[in-house]
Amino acid sequence: MTTQSFTAQRRATWRSYRDQLAASTARTLNRRRAVSQIMIALTFVAALVAILPLLLILWHLIRQGAGSVGWAFFTHIPKPAGESGGGMANAIVGTGIIVAIASAIGLPVGIFAGLYLAEQRTARLATTVRFLSDVLNGLPSIVLGIFAWGMLVRPFKHYSALAGGMALAAMMIPLVTRATEEMIRLVPVSMREAALALGYTNWRTSLSIVLRTALPGIVTGALIAVARIAGETAPLIFTAFGNSFWSVSPTQPIAALPMQIYNYATSPYDDWHAQAWAGALVLLGLVLVISLAARFATRSGAGIGSD
Amino acid sequence: MSEDVAPFVGPIRATPAIAPPQIEGTSFGDRLYRWATTGFALVIPGLLLLIAWEVIHAGWPALSKFGFSFFTSSDWDAVKGNFGAAPAVYGTIVSSLLALLLATPLAVGVAIFLSEFAPSWIRSPVAFLVDLLAAIPSVVYGLWGVLVMVPFIREHVMPFVKDTLHLGDFPFFSGAAYGPSMFAAGCILAIMILPYISAVTREVLRAVPRSQREAALALGATRWEMIWDAVLPYARSGIVGGVILGLGRALGETMAVTMVIGNRHEISASIFQPAYTMASLIANEFAEATNDLHVSSLMAVGAGLFVVTIIVNVIARWLVWRTARSGT
Repeated sequence: MTTQSFTAQRRATWRSYRDQLAASTARTLNRRRAVSQIMIALTFVAALVAILPLLLILWHLIRQGAGSVGWAFFTHIPKPAGESGGGMANAIVGTGIIVAIASAIGLPVGIFAGLYLAEQRTARLATTVRFLSDVLNGLPSIVLGIFAWGMLVRPFKHYSALAGGMALAAMMIPLVTRATEEMIRLVPVSMREAALALGYTNWRTSLSIVLRTALPGIVTGALIAVARIAGETAPLIFTAFGNSFWSVSPTQPIAALPMQIYNYATSPYDDWHAQAWAGALVLLGLVLVISLAARFATRSGAGIGSD
Repeated sequence: MSEDVAPFVGPIRATPAIAPPQIEGTSFGDRLYRWATTGFALVIPGLLLLIAWEVIHAGWPALSKFGFSFFTSSDWDAVKGNFGAAPAVYGTIVSSLLALLLATPLAVGVAIFLSEFAPSWIRSPVAFLVDLLAAIPSVVYGLWGVLVMVPFIREHVMPFVKDTLHLGDFPFFSGAAYGPSMFAAGCILAIMILPYISAVTREVLRAVPRSQREAALALGATRWEMIWDAVLPYARSGIVGGVILGLGRALGETMAVTMVIGNRHEISASIFQPAYTMASLIANEFAEATNDLHVSSLMAVGAGLFVVTIIVNVIARWLVWRTARSGT
């Protein structure tokens, strides 16, 4: 019924289109060709304009930031305002700790939820969960921040690395879930059938055959998720809060690279601006290295998922 | 098991050690596995419910005290205890629309270039660079925005519009040229959402059947006419879905906007004036909120953001899903 009307509709569209083209032969073909060339050139210009900001950002990051990225940057903690020098060692370690907490929670939940979605493809619950996972992925990160604050900061009356990690885990779960599902779906059914035929139980088939085959792809998905959350600031401002001193305790406020950049960038001091540029350069470098590692994980793996 | 089940393997003797494959697992391990994965999958709806409950519950005191005027009043005074989020709501909508206005033609242009016209040696590096835009953390955009783009806008773009084009009396561009402004926020958001719109558009263009293109070319269309008349109409609702997905990103984007928008709680028609968004209001004031009503008001703003982004995302996913399905 719908297919019928759709085809009929398309046929009508084509018919009117043919008539239009026939009418346009009155106009010169040259003009139509010229318009075509100009529009194609414009799409090329659009591509140039789109990558211009990227090149500008990279250029400024390197020019302004490279000078401050030295040994001290990675080994010292921030100096008070007005004193030059200092580094972001505590913030780099802090980001590592927060991301580790987030991964410890987000990876298992995401991978098993992804397994569920891939195996129960058409169950109503799976459809619902898949949809809600996309909804969760679309939530602004600041909402996750105030959520984690209400759940984990307000009741305990102090900020903590744990709360920051939980907020980022909530961001990570939908990313890992969907990546895992996609990768597991790529595993040929014949592999599962072969394992079952050899007498493997369902759960062993899923874990040691299917999950293992999809592993390189899942590692890629997980690394992309890590790269994504490592640069997040908004969920951390009222959960991890920041710290100008060394702290590695998960129950205490902790520094994080993105927050430190934010604080320095919005300060009025030139020294701090320089530090912010350096921090941004390091953060972007970190994110890019993780992203490249993600590509490498897929490529080097013998499994599926590579192009 | 008769012998003709596996003719190539040879006769299968009854070997009780190997159990027949069970598609529906009934062993204890299988049931446990099933429960475990289901349990982990249920974390996602659980988390969403928890988030919804938390922000609405915590925002309820403010919402019930001010009623609907919470979103229509412009009075935001923590000392007197009056909270109206209208300027933030207005700023969120205007900055996002401004971003869409700037980003959509560019993103669609890039996607068309990459999927239809680019030679393959250009395609992958350019696609990689555009994707890279999505990998840059928000705070890095903010840093670049506040230290490079905002001064540039203040010293070049604003004087150009006001003095060279003589548009200074036009209400959209009136007022003193501060730099941090709705316009700056729109620009930075446009850069940030461009890769998302472009990625979805490319995906949707790929779903347009080849026959659609060939038919247009066979009828004598030029290459651009083929795109404009045959490909884009087919992909339209998917592209709109991508644009709305970008809108969802723009509405909730926090750090970069907070750093360049100027954070002024006032509604102004001029896009050259500082403004506020819901997300930046929360980011700026939450840590310093002292009394309960202030916290509750910010939570209510968060609840509003939560509801709006869910609606926007649902619409977007539905549009993209519909196009992707009709293409295959």
